[in-house]
Amino acid sequence: MSDKLKVAQRHLDTLSLRERARGEGSQLGHKTMKKTFSVIILSLVTLFTATVAVANPKIQHWTTTNGARVYFVPSPVLPMVDIHVVFDAGSARDGAQSGIAQMTNGLLDQGAGKLNADQIAERLEGIGAQFGTGSYRDMAIVSLRSLTDRSLLDPALDIMSQVIAEPSFPQDAFDRAQKRTLIALQGQKESPSAIADKAFFAAVYGDHPYATPSLGTEQSITALTRKDAMAFHHRYYTGKNAVVALVGAIDRKEAERIAEQVVGKLPAGEAAPVLPAVKPLDAAKTEHIAYPSAQTHVLMGQPGITRDDPDYFPLYVGNYILGGSGLVSRIAIDVREKRGLAYSAYSYFIPMHAAGPFIAGLQTRNEKAGKALSVLRDTLKDFIAKGPTEEELTAAKKNITGGFALRLDSNAKIVQNLASIGFYKLPLDYLDTFNNKVEAVTAEQIRSAFQRRVHPDDMVTVMVGGGETTTAKP
Amino acid sequence: MPILKRLMLFCLLFPLGAAAQNPAVHEFKLDNGLKLIVKEDHRSPVAVSQVWYKVGSSYEHDGTTGLSHALEHMMFKGTPEHGPNEFSRIIAENGGRENAFTSHDYTAYFQELEKDRLKISFDLESDRMRHLTLDPKEFAKEIQVVMEERRMRTDDDPESLTDEQFNAVAFLNSGYRIPVIGWMDDLKHMRVEDLRKWYETWYAPNNATLVVVGDVDPQQVFALAKKYFGPLKPGTIPKEKPRDEIPQTGIRRITVKAPAELPYLVMGYKVPVLHNAKNAWEPYALEVLAGVLDGGDSARIAKNLIRGSQVAAEASAGYSLDARSEDLFALDGTPAEGHTIAELEKALRGQVQKLRDDLVSDEELKRIKTQVVTGDVYQKDSVFYQAMQIGSLESVGLGWQVGDEYVDKIKAVTAEQVRDVARKYLIDDHLTVAVLDPQPISDKERMRRMQHSGGDNVR
Repeated sequence: MSDKLKVAQRHLDTLSLRERARGEGSQLGHKTMKKTFSVIILSLVTLFTATVAVANPKIQHWTTTNGARVYFVPSPVLPMVDIHVVFDAGSARDGAQSGIAQMTNGLLDQGAGKLNADQIAERLEGIGAQFGTGSYRDMAIVSLRSLTDRSLLDPALDIMSQVIAEPSFPQDAFDRAQKRTLIALQGQKESPSAIADKAFFAAVYGDHPYATPSLGTEQSITALTRKDAMAFHHRYYTGKNAVVALVGAIDRKEAERIAEQVVGKLPAGEAAPVLPAVKPLDAAKTEHIAYPSAQTHVLMGQPGITRDDPDYFPLYVGNYILGGSGLVSRIAIDVREKRGLAYSAYSYFIPMHAAGPFIAGLQTRNEKAGKALSVLRDTLKDFIAKGPTEEELTAAKKNITGGFALRLDSNAKIVQNLASIGFYKLPLDYLDTFNNKVEAVTAEQIRSAFQRRVHPDDMVTVMVGGGETTTAKP
Repeated sequence: MPILKRLMLFCLLFPLGAAAQNPAVHEFKLDNGLKLIVKEDHRSPVAVSQVWYKVGSSYEHDGTTGLSHALEHMMFKGTPEHGPNEFSRIIAENGGRENAFTSHDYTAYFQELEKDRLKISFDLESDRMRHLTLDPKEFAKEIQVVMEERRMRTDDDPESLTDEQFNAVAFLNSGYRIPVIGWMDDLKHMRVEDLRKWYETWYAPNNATLVVVGDVDPQQVFALAKKYFGPLKPGTIPKEKPRDEIPQTGIRRITVKAPAELPYLVMGYKVPVLHNAKNAWEPYALEVLAGVLDGGDSARIAKNLIRGSQVAAEASAGYSLDARSEDLFALDGTPAEGHTIAELEKALRGQVQKLRDDLVSDEELKRIKTQVVTGDVYQKDSVFYQAMQIGSLESVGLGWQVGDEYVDKIKAVTAEQVRDVARKYLIDDHLTVAVLDPQPISDKERMRRMQHSGGDNVR
């Protein structure tokens, strides 16, 4: 779109965009991204989206008759409701058919029950509902936002329930989705950051399901058929494999009715099995990928943590100090503020069902790539060796606990947090105890956790940019 | 992948709604000219504070482009009172989130905080409104950061690169031809003195709007604003010349070659905005027209071009009525496999032709109006967006009240009016078309290209 709409924005939105693109634990909403105002809005996504805290909204929890776990918070002011249904049906469940999770999820609203794609879109938009689907490594999501007025809400729920339980996967819609996915894959090849991402996950995860991209590969997508999507839907879109998060101007009784309605048509089925554990790396791996770009994109990292890791809080608070706090993090100060080497320089953990990655990264003009990488590496090593200062720790705690209310200041944020709590089976008092757990972290715990868990000498390093060769160098 | 700005355009297209339902907006003015606008939203114990300056890239001139955005970066580099990066440190320690953004028409700074900490934001913002240090050593580093930002956002993104050149050709003399981030050559030669002059010219309380939305009491916010911003001296703000775009009298076409995999098309028609519309209803009719083409998955582009004929892998249409001067009604997209850019252009122009020939259906019109009414409620879920709406409308000189009128104005649009604006404005003589012609990414091809160019993009 015209650059006029584009708001040149200061820092961190790239990180948020990248994280959102991976989307683990983050809300998905719609298929949108890139350009225009999205940069502003996206920049507000917390760096660590799976982390949550709340000004004590009481979470109500129950299970539907077919086994879906429901999480509900009433929010009476605005006459609207947000519903997120999350299935353990992300690309980690692809098996040999890389990309099938994403294809299945994207096809849900392209034909369901007796309705075709045009009718679904016209009916939902005709009542002003906002509907979305999205698929990541862990999660597959279906979301709806509607006014609570029954004449609008009821038809929206009816369509949502059909889309979830009775997608028809029409052949023409399947063919179209297959072609569009191939175009999207081709489009990733013109983005050095997407190339770097792909190479990073492949190198870190080897033969683990997290290694392959959610979009699949050209080869795997071409081989898929609509029957594969139907089979995937049949296996993973079940009651016991679903979490329903609800926030809005409704009472408990109504929330129960809504939850039953949106997932009630699904068979109980089975929850997805536990994912295989991720193997740690045992040696450093460096990959250079030549690309005719002005900048070199640098990513370094390794397998990180699961969502229920006992070191979660020390690593979370520690990473805030290391590379998770925007312009005041050590990495941003060393790379950007002191040396002007990058617009965005960061580190983060993505806690997932199996160990999600720890990633540190930046992008810099080609001739500075070596220099920037060594600054990044030094900063990381120094932090691991010495841990944070007491001053840094105090500042980090003040930010995290003092900004608590901002994590839940809209229905959109609350429903995302509920979905995450439900999906990763966090305790219902997770939000109530969050600040205390942050406060309890000590500098020594951080140092110890980083020393035990983060190994810069055995990391994967990926560099994509103005190199002279396409072959891998040591 | 291209576009799909749909969701966010949706926000732009559908600002605040029916006056009756809206919580009161309180407007104040300080003696030094600073305007304060407060809107209460008591759902959560937080507040967002935004300072908006009426300056952006469309105020800039050839040779010194990128000043507004570079200055935005330098605003985090300290005053005599607070050292470099200290603003960010203080906000972080108070649990806040902060950032800033620059557009063609304005520059804005914001903090989100727990409501009792609003004074921290006011303390820092009032300090940097008039007392920025602009240290040459800090500038030398920060301009490198800005250039990295440009490389990342534009030079290494073939679609952004195409958009940038498209704008520069669509507008010949209007400030809208200037990219927000500035041309690379201008960034390389920017001097800290240029920034100082820019800062002294535009950064003053009488060229700013302070917007606060959240769990606050308007009178208390006013008192706080007086305490922190009150002592600041007003400046002499130059009266901008209009720089009205010269009339376009024929179609313009450019090709942009860049290493890429997918072709990309962007086209735009010159259209009026609220500021310059001779008929006040016309911009609203154009908004509805944008909704007919791209107001969701049921709109014509998705229905007819992405599904339907399947000419497009992606495509979108967009317009915003709140620009400071004449703007573009833009369409863009990437053809589906087996289709060419020429076919995509034909298909998009076919959709435009249809809007000139036939009236939109009652059903379409009703759907768009319903989306506006419901969207009006959804937007109130975000305090940040509510503040954004007020600040941007104020900064372009329309006034925040325009947001409150929006739903009613859209509701009043007729099918005939949509057809009329299509006939009057979406015509070939007012059209600019840019095409991204993908060049091979391979090594050999790249070396060849480098020998022929020597430009920044492949350096």
